[in-house]
Amino acid sequence: MLVLFRRFPTLHLLFLQTTSACPYTSRTMKLLTHNMLTSKAIKGVQEGYPLRVKAETVEIRESEFNKDFLVRLLPKIHYDALYAAAKDAGHLDELPGTLPEDAASSEEFLKKLHHALLEVEVITGELICPESGRSFPVQNGIPNMLLKPEEIG
Amino acid sequence: MKLKDLESLLQDCKGFERPRIELEQYVTPPHLAARFLFSIEQSYNDIESKNVADLGCGPGRLSVGASLLGADIVYGFDIDQYALDIFKENSLDSEVNNAETVLMDVTSLQNPTHSSFPGFFDTVVTNPPFGTKNNKGIDVQFLLAGLNLSNHAVYSFHKTSTRDFFMRKAREWKVDMEVIAEMKFDLSHTYSRHKQASVDIAVDLLRTVHKSK
Repeated sequence: MLVLFRRFPTLHLLFLQTTSACPYTSRTMKLLTHNMLTSKAIKGVQEGYPLRVKAETVEIRESEFNKDFLVRLLPKIHYDALYAAAKDAGHLDELPGTLPEDAASSEEFLKKLHHALLEVEVITGELICPESGRSFPVQNGIPNMLLKPEEIG
Repeated sequence: MKLKDLESLLQDCKGFERPRIELEQYVTPPHLAARFLFSIEQSYNDIESKNVADLGCGPGRLSVGASLLGADIVYGFDIDQYALDIFKENSLDSEVNNAETVLMDVTSLQNPTHSSFPGFFDTVVTNPPFGTKNNKGIDVQFLLAGLNLSNHAVYSFHKTSTRDFFMRKAREWKVDMEVIAEMKFDLSHTYSRHKQASVDIAVDLLRTVHKSK
């Protein structure tokens, strides 16, 4: 790289990045993340799913709707868990109580799914194991799923 | 995005403030991270429109890079809270809004019946600890965690000296594994105990895929 600089002294200009003001400043966790987390590794816990959501601070962060991505996600999502989480987070908004039969082809539904999974964001709160009551804190949008060795089954 | 643009964006990612030696923390150099992700995308189309996990992500240079190259969603897993705080800062600075983090022990993700996220990811990338700090075998556990989380391919860095061992493991695990690049890591000045100005180690980049059923 140094050699390049010497031969093309203007090349370093490429590395001067201008960063525009970032629209968000807080660190957050999407409900999609909650949908994938279990506490099954805890000793004596059978399912450990879904974790209950106790959200202290929630932020709505708009993001680009990507239909193909949502259609691919659909079979991996546990819809009941998402519904419960969105409700607990206080942002059920227009999410229907049950998964529509035409889910993958209904753009109207996929937009609601997009909102719940990817735009309702927890900043601080707790995820709680439904069986043991063990609380996993969420801080700065980072769920802390660490277990002590003696807790692991 | 062009390779040089990616590299320059990754150069802006912050590294560890105080690397923890017991976790073998060192950052993936930006030129290496950029080339690594770029070749995965160009040769195998394994980044764009994929679910990508980064195991032992640290401050998240590979995660941010994967997002910039068009991954649908990226997850960074790490055992170190401070590293993930920097990860979140790097995501915000790079205006990446699809990179999530989970604070957990990556080695706990090996078990398909116990772990979160089994099979959720198309592509797993990992620059794991090499197991040289009284944690022998941790690189194997990272690769197994990757295979559990991925429904397709795992890309991982390993010391070239362990190549034969991993090739034997691949036969045992019934997965396809190949060396897709050989490189030198320059671990200069990461830790004060490195006496030499720079320490080069030979590293393989392995691509491991589940055999098609």
